[in-house]
Amino acid sequence: MTYVLRRLAWSLATLLVMSLLVFAGVYAIGNPVDLLINPQADQAEIARATALLGLDRPLWEQYWRFFRGALGGDLGISFAASVPAITLILERMPATLELALTAMLIAVTLGIPLGLLAGLRPRSWLARSIMALSTVGFALPTFWVGLMLIMVFSVQLGWLPTTGRGTTVDVFGIPLSMFTVDGLRHLLLPATTLALFKLALLIRLTRAGTQDAMLQDYVRYARAKGLSESAVVRSHVLPNILIPIVTVAGLELGSLIAFAIVTETVFAWPGMGKLLIDSINVLDRPVIVAYLLATVCLFILINLLVDLLYAVLDPRVKSGTT
Amino acid sequence: MIAATAPTGVLAASYARDRIALIAFWLLLVLLFAALAAPWLAPQNPYDLAQLDILDAKLAPGTQSSAGLTYWLGTDDQGRDMLSAILYGLRISVGVGIASTALALALGLTAGMIAARAGGWIDGLIMRIVDLQLSFPAILVALILLALTGQGIDRIILALVVVQWAYYARTVRAAALVELRKEYVEAAVCMGVSEARILLSHVLPNVLPPVMVVATVQIAQAIALEATLSFLGLGLPITEPSLGLLIANGYAHLLSGKYWISFFPGLALLATIVAINLVGDRLRDLLNPRLG
Repeated sequence: MTYVLRRLAWSLATLLVMSLLVFAGVYAIGNPVDLLINPQADQAEIARATALLGLDRPLWEQYWRFFRGALGGDLGISFAASVPAITLILERMPATLELALTAMLIAVTLGIPLGLLAGLRPRSWLARSIMALSTVGFALPTFWVGLMLIMVFSVQLGWLPTTGRGTTVDVFGIPLSMFTVDGLRHLLLPATTLALFKLALLIRLTRAGTQDAMLQDYVRYARAKGLSESAVVRSHVLPNILIPIVTVAGLELGSLIAFAIVTETVFAWPGMGKLLIDSINVLDRPVIVAYLLATVCLFILINLLVDLLYAVLDPRVKSGTT
Repeated sequence: MIAATAPTGVLAASYARDRIALIAFWLLLVLLFAALAAPWLAPQNPYDLAQLDILDAKLAPGTQSSAGLTYWLGTDDQGRDMLSAILYGLRISVGVGIASTALALALGLTAGMIAARAGGWIDGLIMRIVDLQLSFPAILVALILLALTGQGIDRIILALVVVQWAYYARTVRAAALVELRKEYVEAAVCMGVSEARILLSHVLPNVLPPVMVVATVQIAQAIALEATLSFLGLGLPITEPSLGLLIANGYAHLLSGKYWISFFPGLALLATIVAINLVGDRLRDLLNPRLG
């Protein structure tokens, strides 16, 4: 319990420090007024716009106003779109989460079986091909994979669309692509692109875990009991290697959300990441700050959930013997 | 495994036993040579506008120019020879990767050694900063830094140093703590060897080799990250195009079937990253299997 409280305190401190850093950093760059109003505007107009946006106040006062607002869910008004920044972020968040979760699903459902195969017979040609795939998957930069997939499947073969989310269906008021055929066709390429790196990672982790587990006494004992090889893998090896894999998969979800910035830019996927790049290009500070704080909150939440899941999977954590 | 102190000949011989790693090593040498010698190897200077002919824009690979020059890898929308652009781009990508990794290594090494030796609140402070930084993906931190500082070769190196140093600091601190507890350090203290000397000539040589091997692979990571940031338009300015920027430049033409403007720079990038990874992995297996 004290551990959970300490973790929460550290998370809150992280959030506070990040909000300070992000605010100070983002508000130190350029003057957004220059970008937003007519270059022919006179001094009075510039002053009026500056005052309207609160940019004439000292930095600490701007932060204090921002901090008080943030507690109430108000992260400022987007300079470019004139709507609350948090609204823009929340509108785009489902698209990013759908993309990241689909990518993780692809990585897990392919990575664990492939890693298991590679780990059980490390010298076979199949294992070698899987490991070669994993090495290439590690080396390929995400954006290049996306471009090549577009080149082959959209331009050359004409099978799949290149941009956007396609037709979405509202599920509890949240638009999702994964329940329509058109949406799935749009989702497939970006999700595969994003999944590839994590797939390579999960293959390596599962393979290493499997090789390690096969040498343990409990595997030898299970074999001595006369269990079939598949039963040994299913009920002894798999549960043991799943613990670290689930932890890593969970923690990597955060980095998937970050890397979605790249994938969303390549495929014009209307998520938070594309919004961030667009906002950086026009120096839309409230949106940049809102994106960063939303991402930090997501990371903290993900880390907490992973820890809870870890406790469920590994009984030793709950009983406090480790 | 062989000891880190083994003669170079022994190391080379056992390295060569892995044929793929050997091919990767030669490929890496060729790429490094191409990057270094780009101004002499390239058929044209791709940034000298006087040498470009806009009429030669977007020619397919293998087309001959009006001046008799063959564009083996085609031309881009400015009529620039892609082979020359790739050679110059490779030079910038590799340069940025090596410079940022070396600086990050130096910074991380210093911070890690100070944390290990000083202990107490200094150690606590440095390690909290490291924890905070490592809890965010490198790409996000680098992206924000570049959004704040603007474009430029110095800015991207700064961003890459910031995202990499913490990793070295943590590794070096752990390794230095182990060394500092060993008997030879105690012996040196008893002999009255100065603090600085113990750290520099006793602890450092033992901490450095494993970290250097990790750094080899990190160069590939740095190159990939720089390419990604440049692709997003936040890395290098158009006047100094790295491979990432060349790929971004060709993206618009990819959809109309002119694949070569993006494809060949990407291939060069891929070859560089894979070669560095394979060489780094092999070195790590030989010198330091524990860090795997």
